[in-house]
Amino acid sequence: MLAYIIRRVGQSALVLLIVGLVAFAMFRFVGDPIDNMLGQERTAEDIERLRSQLGLDQPFVVQYYKFLEGAVQGNFGVSYRQGRPVAEILLERAPATLELAMVSGVLAILFGIALGVFTAIRRDGVLANAIMSASLIGVSLPTFLIGILLIYLFSVELGWLPSFGRGETVDLGGWTTGFLTESGLKALILPSITLGLYQMTLIMRLVRSEMLEVLRQDYIRFARARGLRDRAVNFRHALKNTMVPVITVIGLQLGAIIAFAIITETVFQWPGVGLLFINAVQFVDIPVMAAYLMLISVMFVGINLLVDILYFFIDPRLRVDRSGGH
Amino acid sequence: MADPVLSIRDLSVEIPTRHGIVRPVDGVSYDIQAGEILGIVGESGAGKSMAGNAVIGLLNPPAHISKGEIWLNGQRIDHLKGDAMRRLRGKEIGMVFQDPLTSLNPLLRIGDQLTETMLTHLPISRAEAEKRAVAALEEVGIPGAAERVNSYPHEFSGGMRQRVVIALALCAEPSLVIADEPTTALDVSVQAQIIALLRRLCRDRGTAVMLITHDMGVIAEATDRVAVMYAGRLAELGPVRDVLTHPQHPYTHGLMASTPLASQGKRRLHQIPGAMPRLDAVPDGCAFNPRCPHATDKCRQAPVPRVSNGQAACWYPLVDEKVI
Repeated sequence: MLAYIIRRVGQSALVLLIVGLVAFAMFRFVGDPIDNMLGQERTAEDIERLRSQLGLDQPFVVQYYKFLEGAVQGNFGVSYRQGRPVAEILLERAPATLELAMVSGVLAILFGIALGVFTAIRRDGVLANAIMSASLIGVSLPTFLIGILLIYLFSVELGWLPSFGRGETVDLGGWTTGFLTESGLKALILPSITLGLYQMTLIMRLVRSEMLEVLRQDYIRFARARGLRDRAVNFRHALKNTMVPVITVIGLQLGAIIAFAIITETVFQWPGVGLLFINAVQFVDIPVMAAYLMLISVMFVGINLLVDILYFFIDPRLRVDRSGGH
Repeated sequence: MADPVLSIRDLSVEIPTRHGIVRPVDGVSYDIQAGEILGIVGESGAGKSMAGNAVIGLLNPPAHISKGEIWLNGQRIDHLKGDAMRRLRGKEIGMVFQDPLTSLNPLLRIGDQLTETMLTHLPISRAEAEKRAVAALEEVGIPGAAERVNSYPHEFSGGMRQRVVIALALCAEPSLVIADEPTTALDVSVQAQIIALLRRLCRDRGTAVMLITHDMGVIAEATDRVAVMYAGRLAELGPVRDVLTHPQHPYTHGLMASTPLASQGKRRLHQIPGAMPRLDAVPDGCAFNPRCPHATDKCRQAPVPRVSNGQAACWYPLVDEKVI
């Protein structure tokens, strides 16, 4: 298993290198940051000076190498717009996004699995069918529209919940959290529903179809024939077998939650890294964009690595080097 | 004779379909005594398994019992629902399925599957259940049972897995075991071992066994009595020796004649002309009449009498006709 993990970590590093390369290549077409940084009264000399100062006059490969060199040391350069180290800005913004993503993820997983199991077990029930129909809305409505609808209903019409921002936050040694204040918690509700709804319906529909497939298996029939209680058959025997493919998708979706946060953060003016990225794109703030993309891909790759390791705990058939004694 | 463990009276199972109601089990009656092995034989779709599923209450809807009674140890069980029926499954009726490769949950240790079953039905502690799990595996001939309880199903061969399945079916000491094609998915060399094991365990405990199979060899080897089914109906019921050597029903006769025997070397096997009717198109009178060499107008019109032990459902039972 250790060899497997080492191999996977190696693969992950390769993926990150390639993502970085592609991202870097793309930034060359986003625009020229110099245009934004210098005012109207610039001279050709100013432009040249700034360009060489930022290293933008060097060949693409050299720029990429320098970026990597800094990145492995945790140095992502200085933001063109804010003039502060990118790492500092990201760290400052990350808690907002991570808290939002975490709440959405937990909501999506809890409700997704519970509703998926429910609709699978009661597959001909009226309520289960109603849930299935309603889930189509979650799958087909775009995220920003859900956000706007929620704001209209709960902030504008009912006035129960704030329509933007994080509310009050508490600083816990560099990590600003909204979990400890009432306004912070209230502010979390709408964005996390917006962000998690699509993932929730996706997980629910997946759990349902996987579970229906598992419930048809012989070992479920055999478990019933042994007179096990419905609860044991459904949860101990069926759900566990359902989870293997579901975990793969959940892993991918957690990454997607962080990435999709861009839209939700824009709708709710949530001060996280997604909003930071959108602003950076407008300003062609290459160091911020590069660092953001690397951060997202590190999370994607990391979560997938975790998922692969989780398989070992769920499915004994994958523990190949286990000496079972044949 | 003592009261039978299982008594099925005029049992019918119906499935409503778009083409009308089909009856995969049609007016079947038989008893099984304690310690007796009753073989149920017939072609695919003859209703063998359906009858077994009806007894254990695992018919897949919309299939349902439409008529008749099922009695288990003097208790009527065909109308039991939900939890009452669940309590009987495993506890009073054990079941062994055809394919041992798919009937064990791949993610649970076999010891856990055993203890879980016992704890569901028996008033014993977990420690006691764990001890009995090892004993149960020893009993079905799994070497190193004390360690193997911690193994997962994929760590066993097909034959060993079927032994585990039998241990699971028997672990709560049911009075009836329904074995649905227990050897069909196994190597021939393993088949005999599994049959011998099932026979030994049931004899020792006085368990009644319903052995469903289409393998005449298994029937000859393992059963005391045999019920031959055709198109959902009982064609013939009797002691295995009588039925195999002196079949009274022309269908049984054809079935026996088409069984290859190693002792007879190479010869052209007998074939019964035609095929079993689809269940939505069972002919009037005797279901076998279109394929029967002896059929008369009476066979085509009058419903055949139901059989009891030692009888064939035939207007013109064969008398002392030797199987070729």
